[in-house]
Amino acid sequence: MSSMYGSRRLVVGAHYGSRDWLSQRVTAVLMALFTLALVVQLLLPGEMGYYKWAGIFAAQWMKVLTFVVIVALALHAWVGVRDIWMDYVKPAGIRLLLQVFSIVWLVGCAGWAVQVIWRL
Amino acid sequence: MADTLKERPVYRNIHVSQIVAYRLPPAGIVSILHRVSGAMMFLLLPFVIWLFDNSLTSEISFDRFTSAFSAGIGFVPGWFVKLVCLGLIWAYLHHFIAGVRHLWMDMTHSVTKAQGHSSAIITLALSLLLTVALGARLFGLF
Repeated sequence: MSSMYGSRRLVVGAHYGSRDWLSQRVTAVLMALFTLALVVQLLLPGEMGYYKWAGIFAAQWMKVLTFVVIVALALHAWVGVRDIWMDYVKPAGIRLLLQVFSIVWLVGCAGWAVQVIWRL
Repeated sequence: MADTLKERPVYRNIHVSQIVAYRLPPAGIVSILHRVSGAMMFLLLPFVIWLFDNSLTSEISFDRFTSAFSAGIGFVPGWFVKLVCLGLIWAYLHHFIAGVRHLWMDMTHSVTKAQGHSSAIITLALSLLLTVALGARLFGLF
């Protein structure tokens, strides 16, 4: 395989999107598994309310899993939203602005969500 | 050379004004809704994290979380909060099921026209059915 860096790097050709394609699918599987793990815990016996809900996220393994899913969600949404901008927004300046906005939006949201799980 | 470049016709994808008249097959509907639902969830991410934050942080904030669905949030009435959540529920379900359909197609290479058609209909039906069920629960019908 050609080098990805340096003066002899591959500058044309296919496979530029395969990393994004793969990361979008891997992150999707992670989020799907997280959804199942959460639904199973919600369906376990016990009165539905604050203590059950907070108890689910009190476990350290659940915090770590949630953290991984937050990062996965940000990456997944970045690939998807960037595709939307690339498909519909042609002027480079506006596209750059929207892409920067998307990154700021996602990183901000991810930071807030991480704060929620580790403040408990 | 310059003349031929100038005369070369440009074929764009369908124009915005043609969208309504353009008839999509079920797979096309699933595809565009996959994108629409993703964009919806992207834009509503701060609202979801606000709900997540208030539902978890303390019992007091949990009350704020539950009353968002009855008394509302600030000037936003409770029914509207429920409506937005219903939209999010649909978006999540459609995105989830359409995503599983994608993964299934990737893994099994089942990409014939007939399979694409039937799996698209299953995706639309299943996501709408689950949305109706969860929506009924959300609006207190059972």
